[in-house]
Amino acid sequence: MVSIREMGQDAGGRLRQNFHPLRLPDFCNLGTWLRVLLAVNAMALAVVLAGNRQLAGLPGDFVELAAYVEPITLGSLIALCGGQRWLLRLSPLAAAAAPVLIAMAMATLFATLVAPIETVQQSYWRIWFWSALTAAVLLAWFDLATRARTPAVTEARLMALTARIRPHFLFNSLNAVLGVIRSDPRRAEAALEELADLFRALMQDNRELVPLSDEIALARQYLELERLRLGDRLHVRWEIDSCPADALVPPLMLQPLIENAVYHGIEPLGGAGEIGIRLARSQDSVEIELTNPRGGNGHSGGNQMALANIRERLLLFFDLEATLETQATADHYLVRIELPYRMERRHERRSENTDR
Amino acid sequence: MSAGLRILIVDDEAPARARLRNLLADLAAEVPTCVVGEAVDGVDALERLESVTADIALVDIRMPRLDGIELARHLARLPTPPAVIFTTAFDQYAVKAFELSAVDYLLKPVRAARLAEALTKAARSPSTAAALHQASEEIAPGGRRQLRCSERGKVLLVAVTDVIYFKAELKYVTARTREREYLLEESLSQLETEFGERFLRIHRNCLVARTAISGFEREYDDPAGDGEGHWAVLLRGIDERLPVSRRQWPQVKALIG
Repeated sequence: MVSIREMGQDAGGRLRQNFHPLRLPDFCNLGTWLRVLLAVNAMALAVVLAGNRQLAGLPGDFVELAAYVEPITLGSLIALCGGQRWLLRLSPLAAAAAPVLIAMAMATLFATLVAPIETVQQSYWRIWFWSALTAAVLLAWFDLATRARTPAVTEARLMALTARIRPHFLFNSLNAVLGVIRSDPRRAEAALEELADLFRALMQDNRELVPLSDEIALARQYLELERLRLGDRLHVRWEIDSCPADALVPPLMLQPLIENAVYHGIEPLGGAGEIGIRLARSQDSVEIELTNPRGGNGHSGGNQMALANIRERLLLFFDLEATLETQATADHYLVRIELPYRMERRHERRSENTDR
Repeated sequence: MSAGLRILIVDDEAPARARLRNLLADLAAEVPTCVVGEAVDGVDALERLESVTADIALVDIRMPRLDGIELARHLARLPTPPAVIFTTAFDQYAVKAFELSAVDYLLKPVRAARLAEALTKAARSPSTAAALHQASEEIAPGGRRQLRCSERGKVLLVAVTDVIYFKAELKYVTARTREREYLLEESLSQLETEFGERFLRIHRNCLVARTAISGFEREYDDPAGDGEGHWAVLLRGIDERLPVSRRQWPQVKALIG
């Protein structure tokens, strides 16, 4: 398992938990890139606004400046992403200085090779000044944003968000066990064992990503319990042949989704119904798809809460790189999650002391 | 079977029904009972009660097709309704409503002692129809969602929202939906009281869904077009028109604007 704490040191993780005096963002994260590009363009616009006397020249000047700063920004981000591993091993001061120096170097490179300085009428001093200032301001901003999401706050949020099982399910399951205990003691035993496992998983420290195979095992135990209650009414179709069992996913993501599907899809249905669970890998992402029938005289509400919970946890673990979408047709409901494919990497369990 | 309380168990989960059966058997010495039927949902319960009589119905709240609250509303309309005891795993909202209106309920997993107590109480002084009505209105306001119609021993349900109009004919009321007509054992005035917000009386023998009215047209009784004639309602979804009585016309006109 890769804990968030370790992910802080890891290029793949989003939740930064290291104890740098300055907290660097994850330079390989799409969210970071978007924010940096937005900020750089906003700053360019501010500079143009400040330097322009007439409004007419404004759009032209802005496009010109943007065309100048964007390649530099992108180049710096690529370099930072590529060198991130190396960056994290540096001393705090060097790690903070590196992005600034890289931005300055990129600016110099661009000014020398691509857009010779004479044409833009800039001096190297000006270029160095602006690139260093931009990089420093952005670093400070990321530091501040990450500080707002301190380890304690993030962990507290994750703890609070940890999926909770519906009390409805617990009491009905216990009731079902009591119902079969005389006629089928073995079945009752098995059900209690499954219930114990399920609650152990629920009460665990769920702040770490877990392999998808663990989630599948848990989901199967859960479904076994539901089958005790619902009998033949519950059909499940698994499509997991091409599923990457080693992919890391947020803990307790699959089970609440299935619980939702049972609660809203199967229970209100007069007859039997089928839940479809599809797990697959497509290139660098993992796809999770759940379908359930619709159209029973529904239990309204509640659905969105479980989904909002999962959505927020995906955001905490993967930032903008994971998506959750839902789709409702006349007779089916579909939840689709896509998240980056990350594997368990045991050899990378670097300790955090190196950073202190 | 000795004489005892006749019990109908209504729950969609087989183990839950088994549990109640076990408990009732355990309590036999204390509270003699006999289970006259087990139903898997509200519709099944109504069908079973066509052929058997029960003194007490143990009714789960969450069930497919016709849930416990809705079933209780239908049971209350039977000539000799069974006393209803609700069972639920966890419905805070419903439980609160039951507490408020003194309707009896059991929490799952049900305990034998609690079941015995509820049975004894239900046999002596069952929850009143008024209490049941109050609780169900609290939990699901706006009266029944579905109307019951019996056809050859089968219970059919008609969603109130599907009904275009009710018409009284002799001793029956028919409900017309887009697809077909259903014979109901209801009275028009009761329907009007229960669903007055949704339906409008246009004639002594007719209630029309307000949303189904697409317009009005004047009709003349004799082909020459003489006389005053009367107004007729044009309906959305079906090619029928319904006469508005002279007495109702002022109210209809005022309501439609």
